[in-house]
Amino acid sequence: MSFQPVKFYQTGTLTVGNRLLAQDERSVQANQMRSNSINSGHRACQGCGEALGARYAIDAAMAESNGQLIAANATGCLEVFSTPYPESSWQIPWIHSLFGNAPAVATGIAAAMKVKGRNDVRVVAQGGDGGTTDIGFGCLSGMFERNDDVLYICYDNEGYMNTGVQRSSATPPAARTATTMPVGPEPGNVFGQGKNVPEIAMAHNIPYVATATVADLRDLEYKVRKAMRMRGARYIQIFVPCPLGWGAASHDTIRLARLAKETGMFPVFEAEHGEVTSVLKIRNKVAIEEYLKPQKRFAHLFGKHAHPETVARLQAIADRNIRKYGLLAEGGN
Amino acid sequence: MPKPFAITLKPGTSLTNLTGTWRTARPVYLDRLPPCNNACPAGENIQGWLFHAESGDYEQAWRVLVENNPLPAVMGRVCYHPCEGACNRGQLDSSVGINSVERFLGDEAIKRGWKFAAPAVSTGKKVLVVGAGPSGLSAAYHLARLGHKVEIQEAGPLAGGMMRFGIPKYRLPREVLDAEVQRILDLGVTLKFDTKVANIEQSMQDGGFDAAFLAVGAHIGKRTYIPAGDATKIVDAVSVLRSMEGEDKPMLGRRVVVYGGGNTAIDVARTAKRLGATEAIIVYRRTRDKMPAHDFEVEEALQEGVMVKWLSTIKQAGEGNITIEKMALDEKGYPQPTGEFETLEADSVVLALGQDVDLSLLEGVSGLEIKDGTVQVAPNMMTGHPGIFAGGDMVPSERTVTVAVGHGKKAARNIDAWLRGATQEVPAKHELAEFDKLNTWYYSDADKTVRPMLDIIRRQTSFDEVQGGLNESNALFEARRCLSCGNCFECDNCYGVCPDNAVIKLGPGKRFEFKYDYCKGCGLCVAECPCGAIKMVAEDI
Repeated sequence: MSFQPVKFYQTGTLTVGNRLLAQDERSVQANQMRSNSINSGHRACQGCGEALGARYAIDAAMAESNGQLIAANATGCLEVFSTPYPESSWQIPWIHSLFGNAPAVATGIAAAMKVKGRNDVRVVAQGGDGGTTDIGFGCLSGMFERNDDVLYICYDNEGYMNTGVQRSSATPPAARTATTMPVGPEPGNVFGQGKNVPEIAMAHNIPYVATATVADLRDLEYKVRKAMRMRGARYIQIFVPCPLGWGAASHDTIRLARLAKETGMFPVFEAEHGEVTSVLKIRNKVAIEEYLKPQKRFAHLFGKHAHPETVARLQAIADRNIRKYGLLAEGGN
Repeated sequence: MPKPFAITLKPGTSLTNLTGTWRTARPVYLDRLPPCNNACPAGENIQGWLFHAESGDYEQAWRVLVENNPLPAVMGRVCYHPCEGACNRGQLDSSVGINSVERFLGDEAIKRGWKFAAPAVSTGKKVLVVGAGPSGLSAAYHLARLGHKVEIQEAGPLAGGMMRFGIPKYRLPREVLDAEVQRILDLGVTLKFDTKVANIEQSMQDGGFDAAFLAVGAHIGKRTYIPAGDATKIVDAVSVLRSMEGEDKPMLGRRVVVYGGGNTAIDVARTAKRLGATEAIIVYRRTRDKMPAHDFEVEEALQEGVMVKWLSTIKQAGEGNITIEKMALDEKGYPQPTGEFETLEADSVVLALGQDVDLSLLEGVSGLEIKDGTVQVAPNMMTGHPGIFAGGDMVPSERTVTVAVGHGKKAARNIDAWLRGATQEVPAKHELAEFDKLNTWYYSDADKTVRPMLDIIRRQTSFDEVQGGLNESNALFEARRCLSCGNCFECDNCYGVCPDNAVIKLGPGKRFEFKYDYCKGCGLCVAECPCGAIKMVAEDI
């Protein structure tokens, strides 16, 4: 059963908090006592989606594990901006080792906790899409295959942002990055085969796989908390827009995440043991242009030398997602 | 301090890095003026009282409401709710049913016997209010709450003014009016009936009043010359509606023609229908879109079987019939005669052509300016004569109950200031909370609640109230449709969406604060604030 939104208390559960909701219906983020796992003073860019997504997710995990949480972190933006020596923004036990081994490190911590008989201490591993879908992919698959008791959270900002916006296997087709320049007949990133890590995770038949965005806090918290109540290998991919890498305004981070979901570009769903169990429906379907236009990484698709056929191909990807996951509500929108 | 084994960084030490220095613009909380409040002629804090109604605290909602308007149950029935016309939700789905929630609160107050808070102190000043209509009652209420001794002198035998003698019962049941008037009198206001003020200066001197507020209304029906035989009954609308309050109901006959196109014409036609007229025909010289009457009232009248002759004037009234001339609009939109005539059967003709003010009580008062039959007042509602204030239908204005109530409040506050030898400080209005300031994504989808209407047969034959009220559950639903435009309703979005934890949640009712030491100025809080209660301000660099 997916998260049941509260329909009508002025804003229902669409906002972070709501004074009209019962205490137990309120979000972790609305709580004055939330753990603020990643505290102020970190060096993420203005309007960083990843910093926001990390606090949303880890605060929820902290709430569900009664503060008994250890995090392993892959190299990436999140690690770099949160822990420049000698400072740390983390207010939880947190370990960084290498770019590619966060799942393995987390596996080790989970094993150590098991040996010590500390069933109450839970383990999360986290990284960006580079550390997850490219560099750490082998370790991640191993962790899934062994069904180690770890929740792996991937913050997906669709590229290697911290090193200067290079392409990753999560970068969408046609997007401009430092390594996929908008030149030639098919500018930007190639329309490749794609690498859908949530589906790859599902193919391991692990207990829980989910996707979420920073635009749907309640859905995100529900998924993290649900995952934390389970044992075994679990995977959540959170869509976190990157103002710097995407060439978007810092105040548009949440809007872009919302548009990614509302266009169907980023399907939001959950799956148990390899089967999709629920999807977050599109509330007001919008055309792909609305999502693309505020981002400079897609600017070459519009204007004087527009590429309407490329936009149409991106729309086709969104439409396929909508069809495949059944993202439209009954009766349509 | 040495760290434990393998620990290289201490938790939360990033607080030494004040990222607020990156900022080029800062978010600031502000209150914007909601369009409903801006549109309310009585100056109600609509959003303020809806806020309490949203949580089901109806008494507090009512108390906030009556800070500005002592007649919510009346308002909830007769106000033309310009607030709903301005409501931003109208651009989203349909406007919030403010008027219906107001009526619910007003009725709830009567049902539960809620009383006004007694005035804090007595100032020892006496104020004379002339006229117990909406404006006079409103002024009396506000003056009494400010600690002044108030006496209302009313020429008629009952309180309410046009609310009683102009608005038919099917729109405003009299027990509702009586309950709200009584609650004002319970504040210690003296009301003297059948006391016509003939000379205001004399009355003030006799009673030892320090100031006066005149609100005698406009009760004299305008006449027009219609060539008529002796047998034709020609009466004016004001007299017809007034006589509805007495023992002897007006005798209008079976075929009634009403001449005019305002709300009063509609009221009279609908009243005639209820009195048993088989035909009630409104004759109006222009077209429906030019008609000053409110469209929903025209619609209700048509539903009840009232007929309208558009583009027509009465040329002549004979015995049992009248002659009307067809009109045509010229390029400028003015009706011009066509020379085409038609005869209508009519037992009586009711003239609803507007009303004049009886200004006889002002004779000999120095400094007054009378223009177009109304008393001119300064922005503080004072006439040219110091200490004499005026409001309601007798001053130039849109003649509605709500405007009159607003005048009463404004005058009361200015009288209070004047009695203290001061001038009332009016704080500058906040900037308007326009629709584009909102992020409407966050509001739940919810259509307006439609109020029940009395069935048509009873509407045609009885004076029972036409429009029903909301019950507690749908009043709550309706209140919760409010978007809270421009004013924080503590949805926690800013507190949640800040990637830098730079928002402090101060707790219920206390709103939020920014930690400018860490705020990088990304503007996410502004973009994601549903109600537009935050804005970005450039930093001085």
